[in-house]
Amino acid sequence: MPVDKTTVAKIARLARLNVREDRLEPVANELNGILDWIAELNEVPTDNIEPLASVTGHALPMRDDLVTDGDCVDQVLANVPEGTSGFFVVPKVVE
Amino acid sequence: MSDLLDLSAVEARVALDAKSISATELASAYIDAAEQTAALNNYVLLTPDHALDMAARADERLAKGKGGLLEGIPLGVKDLFCTTGIATTACSRILRGFVPPYESTVTANLWAEGAVMLGKLNCDEFAMGSANETSAFGPAINPWQSAEKIDLVPGGSSGGSASAVAARSALMATGTDTGGSIRQPAAFCGVVGLKPTYGRCSRWGIVAFASSLDQAGPFTRTVADNALMLQAMASHDAKDSTSSDVLLPDIMAAVEQGVKGMKIGVPQEYVIDGMDSDVMKLWQQGQDWLRQAGADLIEVTLPHTKYALPTYYIIAPAEASSNLARYDGVRYGLRVEAASLDQMYEATRAAGFGEEVQRRILIGTYVLSAGYYDAYYLKAQKVRRLIKQDFDTAFAKVDALLTPATPTAAFAVGRKIDDPVVNYLNDVFTVPANLAGLPGISVPAGLNVDGLPLGLQVLGKPYDEASLYRVAGVLEQAADFTAKPNRRAGGAK
Repeated sequence: MPVDKTTVAKIARLARLNVREDRLEPVANELNGILDWIAELNEVPTDNIEPLASVTGHALPMRDDLVTDGDCVDQVLANVPEGTSGFFVVPKVVE
Repeated sequence: MSDLLDLSAVEARVALDAKSISATELASAYIDAAEQTAALNNYVLLTPDHALDMAARADERLAKGKGGLLEGIPLGVKDLFCTTGIATTACSRILRGFVPPYESTVTANLWAEGAVMLGKLNCDEFAMGSANETSAFGPAINPWQSAEKIDLVPGGSSGGSASAVAARSALMATGTDTGGSIRQPAAFCGVVGLKPTYGRCSRWGIVAFASSLDQAGPFTRTVADNALMLQAMASHDAKDSTSSDVLLPDIMAAVEQGVKGMKIGVPQEYVIDGMDSDVMKLWQQGQDWLRQAGADLIEVTLPHTKYALPTYYIIAPAEASSNLARYDGVRYGLRVEAASLDQMYEATRAAGFGEEVQRRILIGTYVLSAGYYDAYYLKAQKVRRLIKQDFDTAFAKVDALLTPATPTAAFAVGRKIDDPVVNYLNDVFTVPANLAGLPGISVPAGLNVDGLPLGLQVLGKPYDEASLYRVAGVLEQAADFTAKPNRRAGGAK
């Protein structure tokens, strides 16, 4: 299942990453190179093997549902590219 | 001054307690050293005033006899650890100017033990790379050179950390290791680097790359220093839900304990094409050293080793594509203005992320996308279990494994490789430990034919850092690695 220009454009859109038209082809080739290589995994029989997502071997700990943080608007906004009156500012979303 | 720079952290700590040196003197020597070796580009930010201030407070505590484990020890911090009030960029344009309002748990632990921060260290962008060449600040340089005197890479991603410790512009340094990013640069720069068991050091406040693989660890010049630094870094932290509460064993004692009676496995699958003959020889030599010190060397098999790299290059980009979704130009970091919100996201991320980071985000997005998830991501997670089971089987028979750290020594900065897969092969010996969550240490053990350092790697059972330090201590003593890089502070020019 080779990646073509259309697929690159689609995944770039999913990743919210602007890939220039003239880069679609080269990126497709690079991705195909990597995907060909990782297709090696198809040799490995994995029927009845459970996927491994965490190596810790313990369940995630539970904690009390309490507020432990907050009241720090200044800190939250300290690095904003654009903000005003305690809010993040973004381009207009609703017409 | 160069005498001060040659002290190990353990020696410096004793001298500080004895008041034969002061923390301020030591910090000043390292600040000078960092300035002297600035051409290596291993620091992306020097914080000399901050360092002198911390050193002055360390001297006050030492005067009262209240010094911590690392009181007065000057160290560098990989620019992936958030430091309150001090810029943290992950060496990416997208985080340029980001000043965290909070401190990572690991660095907070180091400061609580009295360590002195010299500055922030260069690394691959978002820790994605094995040569420190993807950094937005340009490559860090290895202080070692071969006879041709060309610039060599320090390895990566923690290349600035390894370079600074080797060049004596930091006495120790923090690193992070997702697929070898501590152990590979440690080997390339002739220093000791440990990736602890997954969960040993809190990930809180460290810029995330692949959360199921990332682990912070220490870079030092000696094995004992390494154990000392890990003691200060490691902690159980409620703010990282994967952080472990398993107690750290007495690793300082382990360094001196020897390997008599230990069973050390030698995995046959780690003999690979493209491995330097010097690396092969050193590996044999390492086995001999351990046998002479009273260990039993046993051949073991890890049949799925060759699948570790492809598995990693599905899982790590998948997790990265998710983790890096947060860089959207809204809350912090770079923003490129555009007409709509979506266009602003797309333009910001295209301008802010470098080529390798974009490549991994795209691969990660692809393997997680509808229709491909089972074929790639789920498949990789299944193979990951098989890789872990290989280690479980091996560790039923042996206490630790001995392998090379890297297939080759450091290579030239800027060597042109069109195929990204060739670069990925740097991590062939280090990636399996991340997939299985195991601790691993790289110890400098010899020089290749060009006079460049090579490392041996020891892998252990989960939470058994003590066995790693036992083996590493013996390797260090047997190797008697006294060679020094020519481009170090206080060294010949």
